[in-house]
Amino acid sequence: MRALCWAAAGELAVREVPDPELRNERDVIVQVRRSATCGADLPLLAGRHPLLRAGDVLGAEFLGEVVEVGPAVRRHRAGDRVVVGASVACGGCWYCRQGLHSCCDNAHADPASADPDWARADGGCFGRPRAAGGFAGGHAEYVRVPYADVSAFRVPDAVDDDRAVFAADAAPTGWLAAELGAVRPGDVVAIWGAGAVGQLTARAAELRGAARVLIVDRHEERLRMAERHSGAEPLDYRRTDVAAELSDRSGGRGPDVCVVAVGTPPARSALDRFGGQYADRPDALREAVHACRKGGVVVVLGGTDGFVDAFPLGTMTERRLTLRGARRPDLRDVPMLLDRMARDELRTEHLATHRLPLAQGPQGYALFRDRADGCVRAVFTP
Amino acid sequence: MVPMRRLARARLLRVPRWGGPTGADGDPAAPARWEVVTVDRPPEQVLPDGRWPEPLRRLDGAVEVRVRPAPGDRGTELAARPLAGRTPPTGLAAHLVGDDPGLLVRRTLRQVKQRVEAGEVLRADRSALDRPGARG
Repeated sequence: MRALCWAAAGELAVREVPDPELRNERDVIVQVRRSATCGADLPLLAGRHPLLRAGDVLGAEFLGEVVEVGPAVRRHRAGDRVVVGASVACGGCWYCRQGLHSCCDNAHADPASADPDWARADGGCFGRPRAAGGFAGGHAEYVRVPYADVSAFRVPDAVDDDRAVFAADAAPTGWLAAELGAVRPGDVVAIWGAGAVGQLTARAAELRGAARVLIVDRHEERLRMAERHSGAEPLDYRRTDVAAELSDRSGGRGPDVCVVAVGTPPARSALDRFGGQYADRPDALREAVHACRKGGVVVVLGGTDGFVDAFPLGTMTERRLTLRGARRPDLRDVPMLLDRMARDELRTEHLATHRLPLAQGPQGYALFRDRADGCVRAVFTP
Repeated sequence: MVPMRRLARARLLRVPRWGGPTGADGDPAAPARWEVVTVDRPPEQVLPDGRWPEPLRRLDGAVEVRVRPAPGDRGTELAARPLAGRTPPTGLAAHLVGDDPGLLVRRTLRQVKQRVEAGEVLRADRSALDRPGARG
């Protein structure tokens, strides 16, 4: 089959690779109908993951049709149209039973050899290196889906592929951000980053009753899109004193909830890259901490591969802020989000600014990486 | 709860907070460090009929095992460590296990946990290099 593979730092290629196979009784094989680029792929594309190997298939967000079913699968059969959550999760460990699927204990195929701190290994994820617990990704014609009864969700007929594909990752991540922030009716919510996740966080906050949602970015077309589709008030940080605006628009209190959804910043210098450590500059995080009202919540999504410095810890403790974080969403919200999509409460298809055949995957990622041509997400069809 | 007379087959031992060194660079006579995993099921499901579960049973005679309920209804704390004074593996076994016997213990405990919690041991994707005859 054909798949979009990592080839070298900054280089992707569509290659012929072996078809996936059922490896466990709870697996299914999915024939991919849509797959989307994701900000978390960009550090991989840049070659910033030490365990990535040439030929690894990328893609954490995809949707398709079940074509092969393992003998222990109960909820799916061939022909089902399913969206597959980005997190691989067993459904039976303590974390899964708490709804924390992204922390699943049993979704890393070999943590004992990969991680000395094995009992706290990360959960599995599609489109990540095998040695890091990952599974081949969805930018391919076919994908193996472990624990399919837990990870795959039948898509309602009323939801088309272009909308449903974002129920895999971007929409549940946005919903999770609003949930971690405990957004309540009447809240003022500020979001840094108007990409797909930022925009869907804005929509989630709106659906949870936020009185006002403000979104900060520098890309005009993203800000306009967030304003049009999520009801968010745009703040272009190149032209606006963001701190002053946030204070003004929250009656001087500061936003109740601040969400940082800016993705992974580029490495700081060639020396950092050579050393393998990425001392990220948490500009947006610092701004969020300073802006947040006393006793408010700051939520950080994804964001960093390693360490950040110059974090305003004093402000956090002085103002009794709560800091929460997540890299990947859990699976528990996917059915609810699909229902909202079916009722037209949650529309996501506008985020697919570029629809391309899989053969143009490298070009799609270049557009996405560079934010060129107004690209928010590139969506591929095999 | 599993009756203690059944659990007695799994050797119940006191655990030092910090275990001794492991592997080739430590004192071979010193006790190895305990490897421990929490399984989110009660002891009677982790050790049916008080017997060591597979694949831990295959290490019978090579490791000692400790079992105790986890606090807060978190299931069962299952610990194992290589028996002190055992000769390190040689030949193919050494190649597979390496010079850290703790690695095999960790892997085995994790497989027990996966079997009990998920019903199967998750296998990684095979790479193209593992499948030279595969289509593509």
